[in-house]
Formats: sequence, structure tokens, C-alpha cells
Amino acid sequence: MKSPHINIPGTTIFDGSEARRGYALNKMCYSFNEKASRDEFLKDEDAYCAKYGLNAQQRAAVAAKNVLQLLAAGGNAYYLAKFGGIFGLDMQDIGAQQTGVSKDEFKAKLVAAGK
Amino acid sequence: MAKIVGVVTTSHVPAIGGAIHKGLQTDAYWKPFFDGFPPVREWLAKVRPDVAIVVNNDHGLNFFLDKMPTFAIGTAPEYKNADEGWGIPVLPSFKGNEDLSWHLAESLIGDEFDMVTCQEMVVDHAFTLPLALLYPDMNWPVSVIPININTVLFPTPSAKRCYKLGQAIGRAVEAFDQDLKVLVIGTGGLSHQLEGERAGFINKEFDIKFMDSLTTDPQWATQYTDRELVAHTGTQGIELLNWLTARATMSGKVTELHRNFHIPISNTAAATMLLEHAV
Repeated sequence: MKSPHINIPGTTIFDGSEARRGYALNKMCYSFNEKASRDEFLKDEDAYCAKYGLNAQQRAAVAAKNVLQLLAAGGNAYYLAKFGGIFGLDMQDIGAQQTGVSKDEFKAKLVAAGK
Repeated sequence: MAKIVGVVTTSHVPAIGGAIHKGLQTDAYWKPFFDGFPPVREWLAKVRPDVAIVVNNDHGLNFFLDKMPTFAIGTAPEYKNADEGWGIPVLPSFKGNEDLSWHLAESLIGDEFDMVTCQEMVVDHAFTLPLALLYPDMNWPVSVIPININTVLFPTPSAKRCYKLGQAIGRAVEAFDQDLKVLVIGTGGLSHQLEGERAGFINKEFDIKFMDSLTTDPQWATQYTDRELVAHTGTQGIELLNWLTARATMSGKVTELHRNFHIPISNTAAATMLLEHAV
């Protein structure tokens, strides 16, 4: 049975094609479960990205700490959350960054969804 | 014989762990969520389950994309929590129930659900936080069995398949020859989306329909494909598959004993339900 690939605006479905593109980036982010890995990354970001074989697009997205760019480079939200954690970013910081609003505006939008 | 005594479903947002750690349960932001639990805890104190089967999704602590099982079951003697990368305090470890785990694995695989069995598994917030909400002293009175459903990599198993898995778990539990009271917990959801320009998406109306369906028309959500569920509930809202699987372990009519629904907790429509067999 063919699964219907409906288009959902503002959303990339993390499927096999994304997983192929993003493997190195996601593998690096997965390593951030370990504090030693987070410390190693912070000590020498270039060397750490090279160790995981990030491509130029992934390396630039990491340098920019830009979530939309990280997603475009094949990143998966669950692993990227571990990257965001290194910089103390919470989900409202990340949501605000991706939607181009302030954190307070993003939080207000969430509250409004409950009305 | 073993018996399923009820189903509890609840959201598992990581920030809940931070709130528990900081003691913010009565803080204005958190209170509407934490207030959903005393009725469930009273019911637990009365029913006293022996085992909890926890249907949840790993978020990249135990499983990575190198090996991503669609369905997995823990068969370990013990399950430890670990650092997930952002400093939620690690919770006390959980005692497994190897007898029931292996019985479930054998029965499910015999029933054509080809589970990946895991004799070692670390459990993340999707597993630990619901238990911490149900048993706040964290002196766990239940042994546990994790059932993991892939919600990271698409395609996920279909809602229809998850429902059937739940039914098969229910049959397997009822056929187990130890006298055990089994609680089934479904974690995650409800609507939320963390990534993309659509981040912050919440669908209150769909969430309410879904919660209503668990008692009135439990197979309602099985009409949707994985991508349709994302369209309706967000990329992480698809965690409702865990709820659906848990619900399906109970055959026959169920009674909704309790519901709590609050928007938002972090970026999530947070909900809790308690279901019991109708008498």
C-alpha cells in the first residue's frame, strides 16, 4: 500500500530520505547524551564536527545554531534538542527562533491555542 | 491469572522533570497540570497494581538511527534512567518483570507482532516522568515493562497496527499464569510540534475528539495514516499512538474515571486520563 505523502506546511517529515541526508549530524547530536561529548564539542567545535564527518551545510548550520538550517541539513528534532540543550535553549526559545517571533510572543501563541 | 486493572495516559514533556526537581507543582504555570494527578494517585492507592506496562517512545537515549525498531519490548531485570543531554535530574532505577516480559515477547511474536527484545535498555523522560507523576515519592511500588513505539523515523507504525498491538498485549496479559494486577500506561502527546515553521502547533479540538474516542469509539483514530496524524496533531502529537496502544489493551467497554487537559505545558497540549473496565 502506498502511503499518501500529504504536504503539511512548515513541516518536514523525518523519513528515510531525511535520515540518509542527516545521519552524520544526527549521530553527532546523539553523542551529546554524554556530558564528556558535550564538553569535547564546546572545547573544539571544529574538531568535533570533523570527527563526525559533517558536510559543509551541516557544519554551517551548527555554527549558526539555526534550527531551520539544521532541519534543512537533515537534522531530526529529537536529536537536535540535545544540541540545543548545550546552549541552555528550551523549546520556547527554539520555537520562537523557527517562527521568527520573540519568546514571549511564541508563549502567548501557545496560551492562545488553549482558549 | 494476570489482569489489566486500568489504563493511565499522560503527557511526558521533559520540562515536567525540571518542575518536579524544582518543586514547582503548585506554581501558577504548573498547577493546572499537576492538579490532574491526585485523583489518579487515589485510585492507584486503592487498586495497588503490581506491574506497569509502559507504552512509550524513546527520544534518542536508548535507540539511535543505526538500529531503529518499530516495536520493541524491554526484557531486562532493571531499567536505568540516564542523562538525555539537557540536565533533567536522573530518576531512581526501575525493577523489571522478566517473567511477564518474556511471556509478552513470546506471546506477541507468536501473534505475529515481531517485537525487538531488549535485555538492556535505558529509559528516558517518556518512561520516567509518567511514573514520577503517578508515584511522586519515586519509591516505585510496581515492577515495569517498557513497550517502545517508533515515533522518530517515518513511517511510524500505523494507528491501526498500534491498536492491534494493544489488543495482543491485552490477550497476552490475560493469559499469563501469575496472579498479577497490571496497569498499562500510555505516555506522550497530545498535540504538539517542536520543529519547523509550524512549531507551536496545537489542535485542541482534535485532542478532545481523540480523548472522547477512547471511551466512545476507541478505533476512531485508526482511520488516520501517520502523516494525517501529523497534520492533525503535529509531528510529536503522533505520540498519541502510545495512548491508543495502551487503550487497546482493555477489551470491552471502559469507563473514564478521570480526565485533565491543560494548554500549554511547554509547547504541548498536556492531558491525563484514567480508564477502567466498565462494570
